Amino acid sequence: MAGITAFGGYVPRLRLEHKAIADAHSWYDPSVAKRAKAERSMCNWDEDSITMAVEAARDCLQGINSAPTSLYLASTSLPFSDRQNAGIVVEALHLGEATAVMDVTASQRAGTSALMQALDAATGTPGSQRLVIGSEHRKSRAGSPQELNFGDGACALLVADQNPLLEYIGGHAITVDFVDHFRAEHEDYDYPWEDRWIRDEGYAGIAPRAVQGALEKHGLRADQIDHLIMPGLAGKAAGLVAKKSGIAAEAAYTGLHTECGDTGSAHALVMLAHALEGAVKPGERVMVVGFGQGCDVLLFKATPALASYRPGTGIRGALANRQAETSYQKFLTFNDTVEWEKGMRGERDNRTALTVLYRKRGMLLGLVGGRCTACGTPQIPQGDICVNPECHADSQLEPYNFREERAKILSWSADYLTFTKSPPSHYGMITFDNGGRFMTDFTDVEPGEIEVGDPVRMVFRIKAFDTQRGFVRYFWKAVPVRDTQDSGER
Amino acid sequence: MASGIKDKVAILGMGCCKFGERWESGPEELMVEAYREAMTDAGIEPEQIDAAWFSTHLDTIGSGKGGLPLSIALRLPNIGVTRVENFCASGTEAFRGAVYAVASGACDIALAVGVEKLKDTGFGGLPPTDTGLFTSQWVATGSAPGNFAQLAAAYRTKHGVDKDDLKRAMAHISVKSHTNGAKNPKAHLRKVITEEQAINAPMIAEPLGLFDCCGVSDGAAAAIVCSPELARKLGKRDLVMVKALQLALSNGSEASYNDWDSTHFHTTRIAATRAYNEAGIKSPREEVSMFEVHDCFSITELVTMEDLFISEEGRAVHDVLDGVYDADGAVPCQIDGGLKCFGHPIGASGIRMLYEMYLQLQGRAGERQLPDPKLGMTHNLGGQPQQNVAAICIVGAEG
Repeated sequence: MAGITAFGGYVPRLRLEHKAIADAHSWYDPSVAKRAKAERSMCNWDEDSITMAVEAARDCLQGINSAPTSLYLASTSLPFSDRQNAGIVVEALHLGEATAVMDVTASQRAGTSALMQALDAATGTPGSQRLVIGSEHRKSRAGSPQELNFGDGACALLVADQNPLLEYIGGHAITVDFVDHFRAEHEDYDYPWEDRWIRDEGYAGIAPRAVQGALEKHGLRADQIDHLIMPGLAGKAAGLVAKKSGIAAEAAYTGLHTECGDTGSAHALVMLAHALEGAVKPGERVMVVGFGQGCDVLLFKATPALASYRPGTGIRGALANRQAETSYQKFLTFNDTVEWEKGMRGERDNRTALTVLYRKRGMLLGLVGGRCTACGTPQIPQGDICVNPECHADSQLEPYNFREERAKILSWSADYLTFTKSPPSHYGMITFDNGGRFMTDFTDVEPGEIEVGDPVRMVFRIKAFDTQRGFVRYFWKAVPVRDTQDSGER
Repeated sequence: MASGIKDKVAILGMGCCKFGERWESGPEELMVEAYREAMTDAGIEPEQIDAAWFSTHLDTIGSGKGGLPLSIALRLPNIGVTRVENFCASGTEAFRGAVYAVASGACDIALAVGVEKLKDTGFGGLPPTDTGLFTSQWVATGSAPGNFAQLAAAYRTKHGVDKDDLKRAMAHISVKSHTNGAKNPKAHLRKVITEEQAINAPMIAEPLGLFDCCGVSDGAAAAIVCSPELARKLGKRDLVMVKALQLALSNGSEASYNDWDSTHFHTTRIAATRAYNEAGIKSPREEVSMFEVHDCFSITELVTMEDLFISEEGRAVHDVLDGVYDADGAVPCQIDGGLKCFGHPIGASGIRMLYEMYLQLQGRAGERQLPDPKLGMTHNLGGQPQQNVAAICIVGAEG
């Protein structure tokens, strides 16, 4: 029986208060203050749909020993139009080259479409695991309603044909070229049509047809749906579609809009993970709907396994790991919404030698160093000759992954001179508890927050942008281990 | 076993241009200025120079690559010119090339010139370093102050030093160098400052403020060396001799192996030990009359005085605050103002340090002259605390 066997989530630590947005715009639109009631998640300058996808996947795959055989990365904000974005995730997670991948994009229902494809493919193939990741770093024009409505985040779901937490009953998809908004190639921002038309003809018109089709196809009645998970209309879509479809009003899942914002094509999956972290009980039926040029409808039934499943950090854990951000200007700068003064130090050419990136991809994307089989010393980067002064054995190193290793800060500084989008630049030497060290950038750190001896963990982030050529460099950085995260092993 | 460099090579002449923001001069003019003084001091003609070593760090913003910039600027008589680069220790590296050439007997007279033209970048501070195609893709993106500031965080923790106490000791180091630099007509920064000014200056890289950082200066320095026999034949008396010349480079252990504690320079301790042995020095604090150390940042000078075995480990804060390293202290340090105030034109700095030692040993240091110095030590460091080049030279009177 195919279904979802594990899940994980990621929401950036930064939460921009809606008030900060409203304060900036109320001079020309006084009504904005009324809509500014909550906060939204916001990528740090070094986060994008790939880095969040990696973090959500790590969260999902905690404690799972066998690697997925295929990976679907769904997003409409992928950094590369022609470079397999999912391939970067495979390298970062060190899944191995025998992983089939696919980037699923170009619609707000990319997340649900990827999930449906994975579930259909998994059905009847026990033993294989498919990882579905939805991740979105949403861009919006300064002053647009999207600024308040959107959020950034990611969710990863593991799909297999055995022992699911959520058994897949089946799906149904319809395709209608309903253009509620569009974003042409080379455009940064959405061009939306009128809200009322989208609500009446789109959510109230197209979605109920798809819901009805799914129920009929799988022999279910509307009153048998315990949870309707559907993003859209600033959190109101699920309620509207429930009403139009005869699903109980209390089944409409309303979580997340005020804490996180709408994470686009990832949001149906983000909401699903959030619901699975407590709201959904074994035996209940869950309907997940993705809307965008038609509709995906997926039907699930929670199994008894869900009751004993211990999520990792999850969406709830990620939401609890929160840093309030009150600077709207920072939000604009991080997203390159405004042209800002980088200074001459920011003119540095970050052209990446792709040959080097390929040769060293294990370390640069996967944080793989070496461990000396003669003396046992882990080391990064890995050379031919062991770095231990008492050893120096030649050709005795085997690959060693530092990704999940814990470390402590040996030294640090907060540097106001180095160019960064978020000064001061924090960096320092970290020493891994099980051996090894390197000079690393710190991220998600506020001035005055870190000290020598503090524990840190590694996260996958953007290392640098090559703005001249549009390339993005990724690497790993250290973040403080905080009480609100990593509540423990499963 | 190698017999070392002690007393095999003498300094025949030295020169140093005025350091500072030399808007009117390029690297060529700076080199000529230092060279002219050195040639006049040596009393030789260009045709007597057998070979030259040329140090510059940032060839892309300065003079360009190779030995040609020196050969062309000085119109050298088509001799061999070797360009050397070893980060901020490049100057001592050029001097080492010239000294070894003479010691080998291959050359009678050799020239070393170091230069850096930093003020053509368009902004303050040093330009970001190019770390290569691989390292730049992973290593922390930092500046020189941020990299050296790492020492302070670790030092405070290891030795239980209060943040304010360390900041005050660092301020004292800079105040002392400003006081010395004010007496040096060739120094870049010649204003006396107070500890309060240093402590309250804008933050550059926690905990280093503006006055904890050395000057970013244009400049050049030159040295001409030969055998002591030839120096005497050329009429020189009271020769300044090379007593020791040592280089130690990191091999990755500080940066990659969990042993080094980030509070000291592993290489400096090794180079210092070798240099003291080479020069036959048993008690450096008593025997060495004066030091020019690589005070790129105040914290660097503080821990270096421990690494040179002058202050006991963990005691440099007290020695600094007690005035041990002041001009009138037991161990005068940075008597010419140091990198802090004389300035730090990278490729020139190692030779600039030797220039002060040379003047002091010859009694020609003017207002800064120390009473009867016998031995002077330069410590020239390139790189970062966790990965660097330590270059040490000891010079002294004959015998």
